[in-house]
Amino acid sequence: MTAAALTADHLRSRVRELLSAHPPATTARAEFLRARFDAGLAWVHYPEGLGGLGAPRSLQAVVDAELEAAGAPDNDPRRIGIGLGMAAPTILAYGTEEQKRRFLRPLWLGEEVWCQLFSEPGAGSDLAALGTRAVREGENESEGEGGGDWVVDGQKVWTSSAHTARWAILIARTDPALPKHQGITYFLCDMTAPGVEVRPLRQITGEAEFNEVFLTGVRIPDAHRLGEVGQGWAVARTTLMNERVSIGGMRIPREGGMIAPVAAAWRERPELRTHDLHGRLLELWVEAEVARLTGERLRQQLAQGQPGPEGSGMKLTFARLNQEISGLEVELLGEEGLLYEDWTLRRPEIVDFTGRDAGYRYLRAKGNSIEGGTSEILLNIVAERVLGLPAEPRDDKDLAWKDLAR
Amino acid sequence: MSSPAAAPLDLLYSETEEELRTAVRSLLAARSAPAAVLARIEAGGPHDPELWRVLAAEIGTAGLLVPEKLGGQGAGHREAAVVLEELGRAAAPVPYLTSAVLATEILLGCESAESADLLRELAAGRSVCVPALPLTLAPGAPLPAPVRDSGGGSLGGSVGSVADAVCPDVLLVLADTGLYAVPADAAGVSRTPLVALDLTRPLAAVHLDGAAGTLLADPATARAAIAGALLSGAGLLASEQLGIAEWCLTETVAYLRTRHQFNRPLGSFQALKHRLARLWLDVASARAAARAAADALATGAADAPLTVAVAQAYCSGVAVRAAEECVQLHGGIGMTWEHPAHLYLKRAKADSLALGTAGHHRGLVADFAELPAP
Repeated sequence: MTAAALTADHLRSRVRELLSAHPPATTARAEFLRARFDAGLAWVHYPEGLGGLGAPRSLQAVVDAELEAAGAPDNDPRRIGIGLGMAAPTILAYGTEEQKRRFLRPLWLGEEVWCQLFSEPGAGSDLAALGTRAVREGENESEGEGGGDWVVDGQKVWTSSAHTARWAILIARTDPALPKHQGITYFLCDMTAPGVEVRPLRQITGEAEFNEVFLTGVRIPDAHRLGEVGQGWAVARTTLMNERVSIGGMRIPREGGMIAPVAAAWRERPELRTHDLHGRLLELWVEAEVARLTGERLRQQLAQGQPGPEGSGMKLTFARLNQEISGLEVELLGEEGLLYEDWTLRRPEIVDFTGRDAGYRYLRAKGNSIEGGTSEILLNIVAERVLGLPAEPRDDKDLAWKDLAR
Repeated sequence: MSSPAAAPLDLLYSETEEELRTAVRSLLAARSAPAAVLARIEAGGPHDPELWRVLAAEIGTAGLLVPEKLGGQGAGHREAAVVLEELGRAAAPVPYLTSAVLATEILLGCESAESADLLRELAAGRSVCVPALPLTLAPGAPLPAPVRDSGGGSLGGSVGSVADAVCPDVLLVLADTGLYAVPADAAGVSRTPLVALDLTRPLAAVHLDGAAGTLLADPATARAAIAGALLSGAGLLASEQLGIAEWCLTETVAYLRTRHQFNRPLGSFQALKHRLARLWLDVASARAAARAAADALATGAADAPLTVAVAQAYCSGVAVRAAEECVQLHGGIGMTWEHPAHLYLKRAKADSLALGTAGHHRGLVADFAELPAP
């Protein structure tokens, strides 16, 4: 069957076949997920044999809705989000057949969790300035044949899930004599390999969502290189593009999100109300509603196949609103706002704003304008790509990485 | 959660709406470029009756809100909103908001034979009709004291800050005995032009001294009709504000891309890029808010009053900010009379008072969303 002939009805009947052969009520979770993958219903736009059917991406929603209605287990995308959202599309685009067959199935099933070894202490928003080195064994020997393993040394930072991950996507510098966007190579790194050390990085919330990852003489076989030597930046751009796609796609009801608890507190606790807080609450309530409508409009544009540039802006809006709303909430709570839920070191698997205290929300929201691209970098992107304003002059593009100031 | 649930909204533009936009935009580009508007202002009055005739009658925009059986287009608020976006983008001095929206909605609410006759004239573009109410009158605010009817429809009293009152054929007058249609040139009617902040929407004070009119509705019907018109007007004004903001952003971006200082295009300075990117974000959000209001009005959604209040609370600030940024980022040239930026700044600031300030509309949000004041 060709992709063009695949219709929503066809996919619905494939889902029905899957459900009748593996009734969710009587089938073990892992077994059901394996059967779903093998039926091509994991990500329908992937090729046959790799969890898909080569169908249009939009039909995934049809499959998800049918399976959800039937009470089928899901593959917990929140826990395996980096693998699903970033590693998988990159492996699909650049991987060898062998790599695709080896990695995609356990990734989708959640049997193997992935993390992302991109950011470094010395290269945050300027990601391409990274300094982690990968040297090919035999490179310096007289034959110059290469062919051996890569040996990696360096340090990565802000790595979510590194402590639970089995694999990592990794970018490292393989030629420091070239300008910074060249001479980078992309690898799939075994997190259990000798020389990989993961240390929790405690944040301002007291929790450790993230890690520092130290790489000391880590050996990566050449078979785990993704894409060509020196072409890692192009591969990384695929990953980063997919990261942006996955941000801001969630649908929220009116007064959903961060405004909900502060509005509830306002209604339930009249003794906390002041005129100043009222004015600020109403401004933020209106802005939250407008942000919701803007997101809804973006989704309607996407559904019509006319993606608007608003997507680049939604993360900026939500970062600012989350910070302002949670800040107002702490103030509204008065004496209670002076308290904090728990400073002991904890390791949450996912970031969850609901069910947490205002103080936590306030502190954690500070990260919203930094993680996944700082607000300042995103404003540059909007200015240059949406409004067509000229780039700022820069002198780092043609200099060898080793000669850059740092 | 006790505030009204959100209805599913269509926030996009239909093909028909885009066609309408194209027609209005090309008319305004040809007949009402900012330089032409300035020239008419210099010559004593911004209104261009010929432009209005083409816009209202030939393109048929005056009858968008009027049902076909009354000679209108039988379209709705979504289409009228698109017209207002374009009028805002051109800072066009035409009595669309007053005649084709506010007066039209009041007349639609009267449901009398006399109001139907007037609607036919309005929809055909043969007549301009404006409510004799202050432009600042807001939905949810108490109506001003009605003019006195000293018996037999002989009306006496004054109303200030009436928008477009310099040009109409008919005034809609709220009197203590009901709503009257009063011909603008009737005996006992005088209009004093006021010097308005907004050069493109002239204001006048209306004085009635024994003026006679046609009764359109009893007092209760009249008040309900006016309340409905104010809601509609406020919701659609958000689209005019969106149009103003869009023009200001587009012009400013174009200017900063070409204007060089310090041997660089101004638009390459990060401080300026970030300001424009933020403004773009505000304009994109204003579009969603304005579209939501237009769609909620078009479908008669139960939460339309809340959606309108949200749009007004948001869009008037965006229009003012965009116009202020436009003046600032154009530097000295932005302060000159020759550059049209001031037309937009004046329109945006006046619009932020029209049909209720952002603060008034936030107060309405507080009521609808049940977030009471201390």
